[in-house]
Amino acid sequence: MTRNERRKLGMGLLFISPWLIGFALFGIYPICMAVYYSFCDYDVLRSAVWVGPMNYTDMMSDDVFWKAIYNTLFYALFSVPLGLMLALVIAVLLNRPIAGRSFFRTFFYIPSIVPLVAVAMVWMWLFNGDLGLMNYGLSLIGIEGPQWLADASWTKPTLILSSVWQVGGAMVLFLAGLQDVPKSLYESADLDGANPLGQFWHISVPMVSPVIYFNLIIGIIGSIQEFVKPFVMLPGGGENRSALLFAVYIYENAFLYGNMGYACAMAIVLFFIIMFLTWLATRAMGRHVYYAGE
Amino acid sequence: MKFFPSAVMCLALLLGGSPGCSEAEREFTEDGRVIVNYWEHWQGFEKEAMQAVVDDFNASQDRIFVKMLAVSQIDQKFVLATAGGRPPDVAGLWERQIAPYAEKGALTPLTPYLEEAGITGEEYIPAIWRMLQYRGIVWALPSTPASIGLHWNKRMFREAGLDPEKPPTSMAELEAMNEVLTVVELRRGGETVRARYSELTDAEKQAKDFEIIEMGFTPNEPGWWTGYNGFWFGAKLWDGEGNLTATSPENIAAVEWYAGFYEKYGIDNMRKFGASFTGNFASPQNPFLDERIAMVLQGVWMYNFIDQFAPQLEWAATAFPVEDPAVRPNTTLVNTDILVIPKGAKNPDEAFEFIRFVNEQRNIEKLCMGQRKFSPMREYSDEFIDLHPHPYIQTFIDLANSPNARVLPKVPVAEEYNIEMVNAYSKAAGGLATPEEALRYAGERAQWKLDRSNRRWEQTGEMRMREWRQGDP
Repeated sequence: MTRNERRKLGMGLLFISPWLIGFALFGIYPICMAVYYSFCDYDVLRSAVWVGPMNYTDMMSDDVFWKAIYNTLFYALFSVPLGLMLALVIAVLLNRPIAGRSFFRTFFYIPSIVPLVAVAMVWMWLFNGDLGLMNYGLSLIGIEGPQWLADASWTKPTLILSSVWQVGGAMVLFLAGLQDVPKSLYESADLDGANPLGQFWHISVPMVSPVIYFNLIIGIIGSIQEFVKPFVMLPGGGENRSALLFAVYIYENAFLYGNMGYACAMAIVLFFIIMFLTWLATRAMGRHVYYAGE
Repeated sequence: MKFFPSAVMCLALLLGGSPGCSEAEREFTEDGRVIVNYWEHWQGFEKEAMQAVVDDFNASQDRIFVKMLAVSQIDQKFVLATAGGRPPDVAGLWERQIAPYAEKGALTPLTPYLEEAGITGEEYIPAIWRMLQYRGIVWALPSTPASIGLHWNKRMFREAGLDPEKPPTSMAELEAMNEVLTVVELRRGGETVRARYSELTDAEKQAKDFEIIEMGFTPNEPGWWTGYNGFWFGAKLWDGEGNLTATSPENIAAVEWYAGFYEKYGIDNMRKFGASFTGNFASPQNPFLDERIAMVLQGVWMYNFIDQFAPQLEWAATAFPVEDPAVRPNTTLVNTDILVIPKGAKNPDEAFEFIRFVNEQRNIEKLCMGQRKFSPMREYSDEFIDLHPHPYIQTFIDLANSPNARVLPKVPVAEEYNIEMVNAYSKAAGGLATPEEALRYAGERAQWKLDRSNRRWEQTGEMRMREWRQGDP
């Protein structure tokens, strides 16, 4: 490295130093401390005491931990594919030359910019077992709606239903992907006599597969970390902790019970769960993703 | 590049703060008085009542100035500020936080201050004095206490054909009155009719195919003391040492009683009726205030909300019914808001001076009158009762002084224990477990946590006790 190059490197590092220092202080340092505290008995107020893997072994025998894992995976298993499908379908519809297209695009995106706590409050009203619009709508077609938020067998479906409402973010990405698909492909398919469904399945889907892949990964991460809505809508996880999600259980341990060490250990487990699922999604989808540039 | 080291230093200072800040200088007013920072959880008229006492204190002082700040979610902010070494000098918390916070070393022991000031437990209502202590040390002084009791709606009693001056005293009476006071809507001969539950045929009661419109009493409103329902049956929640007694026969009886409402009136009917309350306590939609529930278990503060939202309500208050009133009359749950000095407070001596001022009879009566509660002291001035706006203040004072006044279990895992107990009640009510199974599960989980906490105490307890006794935490 010449003197000039070294000088340039120094200047470069200096200019990005605010970010580097910030990342080290607020990113790397907390992560390292979380790993350390996960091996400690730590309640924030007292100094941490090293207890080895006790938090991890305790987790194995903690029923609520397993229940939270189950609830979270159940939630992700339904909310992610449902959200993806809905976002893709809306994007395809809004990609067509229909009247008021801009209005509908904005309209479908609006839920994604509403603050989550407000969304949760609105859903609590919609799903209210006595006064809610959901049950009122069902009553019009002769169905007596369930107690969405009070009945253990309905709490998870309620969360899943409320999550698919916010597909705006994924939809916008799909729209961008769809607009990149060359028109010539559809034209030649038209000449060959392909119907709209065939065109969707054999042209649109493969061409936006990188976006599907991206939205899938982001969807998995987002749903495994889901916190605000279950926290507000179903305090304590609802009846019999039937909708206690993992992130909420971590919060309870950290800030309600003061078991920060245990909460850190669970956060580390959450990290590995997300990593594993991302790896699994990559394995499963990787071969089916088509990049036009390749 | 000359600016590089200084730039890095500035940035480090900016981002990391300086570790020496925990020893920050004491603050002074312009006229040289020490500023005592005081965080309080009250808002609204309750805060105003305290502010009046703070103003009196400041007016009486030439050395100390108390600066009060209303803080929401004070428990979490208190923990973080104390852990970070920058706590306020005085904090207004709830008494249930004494055990966990004292155990974790977040509080300054008050025992040495009390001895010096000559303040003893004799001056306070016994149940309240008991709850200020943990492991033999006093950690707080009270601000405003409360006891809870039955509030009933005389108009609804009268319309149901009951004597409006005779509230239930036993659980059997409560249940009998509930049947008469509960109004349901059902289909009869192709028509929708309203009827009192007591008028239903056996087949209609069995089918539970009705909608609840009004109820005499429902244990899920407000549902704030669900985990402590055992008290009405004489239950204890722990043995005073290291064991939780969730599965005692009295607790089982309480869960059976609670689940019995759901069994009798229908799980979904009860849930639907519960959903109609909308969870908005401090509003005219409160089901007791809008006269859809004739009886409710509430604290001394309920009067404020009646006065504000339903002044036309014909009501009265008394002790909540118990299983056997001959054995345990005047059972209640007493709790209190408290004033503590956090560990690491910059001005603990001045902080105590303020707490002591608040606890002088004249000042505490002013505060409690302002908040429309009763005073935690044993002695009252005559004017306090004469001028007090609460028409049943004497009832709540008598309840707090009753030998059957109960306090929350003083264990460091009380919060977790309560959550487990509430879950047990809800599981049994939803038919997901028998009362015994639900309580056994709750008790085992809470005991597991308590044992863990006790193991830690075994390692550090001796050292902590030495620190606390020396009064130098």
